[in-house]
Amino acid sequence: MAGHMPVDKTYKLFIGGAFPRSESGRTFQVRSADGGLLANVSRASRKDLREAVRAARSAQAGWSSRTAYNRGQILYRVAEVMESRRAEFATALRDTGRPARSARREVDASIDRWVWYAGWADKVHHVLGSVNPVAGPYFNFTVPEPTGVVVIAAPDEPPLMGLLSRLAPAIVSGNTAIVLTGGAASLVAVSLAEVLATSDVPAGVVNVLTCDKAEVLPWALSHLDVNLVDLTGAPDDLGDEVVAGAAENVKRIVGGREGSDPVEASPYVIGDFLEMKTIWHPIGR
Amino acid sequence: MSATAPFIPTGAGSRPVRVAPVDEVALEARAAVLCTRSIKTTSKRAALHLAIRCIDLTTLEGADTPDKVASLCQKAVRPDPSDPGIPSVAAVCVYPEMVGHAVDAVAGTGVAVASVAGAFPAGMSAIDVRTADIADAVRRGADEIDIVLNRSAFLAGDLGRAHDEIATAKEACGPAHLKVILETGELGGYDQIRSASMLAMAAGADFIKTSTGKIPGAATPPTMLCMSEAIRDFADQTGTAVGLKGAGGIRTAKQAWHYLVIVGETLGQDWLTPARFRLGASSLLNDVLLQLGKLDTGRYSGPDYVTVD
Repeated sequence: MAGHMPVDKTYKLFIGGAFPRSESGRTFQVRSADGGLLANVSRASRKDLREAVRAARSAQAGWSSRTAYNRGQILYRVAEVMESRRAEFATALRDTGRPARSARREVDASIDRWVWYAGWADKVHHVLGSVNPVAGPYFNFTVPEPTGVVVIAAPDEPPLMGLLSRLAPAIVSGNTAIVLTGGAASLVAVSLAEVLATSDVPAGVVNVLTCDKAEVLPWALSHLDVNLVDLTGAPDDLGDEVVAGAAENVKRIVGGREGSDPVEASPYVIGDFLEMKTIWHPIGR
Repeated sequence: MSATAPFIPTGAGSRPVRVAPVDEVALEARAAVLCTRSIKTTSKRAALHLAIRCIDLTTLEGADTPDKVASLCQKAVRPDPSDPGIPSVAAVCVYPEMVGHAVDAVAGTGVAVASVAGAFPAGMSAIDVRTADIADAVRRGADEIDIVLNRSAFLAGDLGRAHDEIATAKEACGPAHLKVILETGELGGYDQIRSASMLAMAAGADFIKTSTGKIPGAATPPTMLCMSEAIRDFADQTGTAVGLKGAGGIRTAKQAWHYLVIVGETLGQDWLTPARFRLGASSLLNDVLLQLGKLDTGRYSGPDYVTVD
């Protein structure tokens, strides 16, 4: 038998469960620390964002109406599949200049982080919700609900841990997400998309756009069908007037404040992606 | 198969029309090319306005109520309440039972009322019953009548009967315009679609229409192109201009302008008017409004900003 011909991976977008190239036909290059070409990665345009928002919106009702327990199980399944591809993730991190040991550590910690958030699926309501004392014959409950479609500007560093630490708390409660990632961090994001595509996560719940975040974020901020934008990994020079575009439909903005920790692990991070609904229920016979 | 016979009989005294066979590969390739055309900025706005003016805004549900029809009519007259610059649609399309309510709601606005009739959507009733249904819809005030082709007779090869029933329906319509639905998804191929188009036009249809919207496999670009070519050939042979209505599965603005391109390229500008081209749809209008919103504001909108129905 002849020798094996290596098959290089085409780094594509992940929209609605499929892996299309950018409609714009553009790509950008990711290079290793010593300057060698690692990948030509699809560079998403505003129209790819539009398609991703459409996919996320149509997946949202189905995803949020699943039981919290079921969402937790599906996230756990994602961790199982990531576990079997640890070497691939570690290689992707190493390619961009990370020492082998540090790369392996980040992969393991990232999977742990994901499992930790999966466990919160059916617990977060108890921690963040409340039964409120009120003056009158009423039960008064505050219950968390998913915000809807969220756009996450994923942090560049640490690539995998940063991405998972923002994505997991966003989707565990029933939101659907569009991840914007750029540069060298794109490589692990595309690998993650391949994991998500093969691990029971319904199409459209997570969409991954490799792009120039500075180009696509303004379109996300002004998009009327996006309910929340996470600016954790937003470029530093994103103008105030661009962020103000979010005001048009009273979008929520989270993350990206000075000194905030991109890899914070807390149920309150899940809370950042939730809306609180308060219900008055009359007590009577 | 007799349904693809090269001639359609057109009754006593008139010449039969000739039906050329369809080159399926070329038809689909041509339709695919026409659907790649990109329309931007001012042309896009003009196309979207034209699409709105050509819409038959439709509700054909067993659950239709007078109030639901009334709100549909309001939307037909003034698609975007915040923007009077958006034109009205061509017509509302309802069941005969709802025609009276629709007529009241659109009176004096220039929006026409179309009614499906003739045992829609299957058409599997006696011809007397179907004719009475048509006459009833006209009596209630319908300006346009959408009937179905007798697919049973057509597919069994009884072209004469399929033809004569349409001619009978045309008589029952009186002053109302007659649209004949071919239900292309049930005909089995482009040759049959072309034959059925010719047959319906020869029998007196004012419009031929792709589908009822009640079965999968409705309007598609090659189907619309096939019917456009039939209309062109019929006009060449007889001098009579017949209209085209696409219906079923038309949900996005992009689909709408694909059809405008197909019709414009095949039949010419003369057909790009509500008098000769219609799009039967319900959710399409919202998508067109969202696209116009994007053109106006420069930002993407979403389904929260248009009506639910």
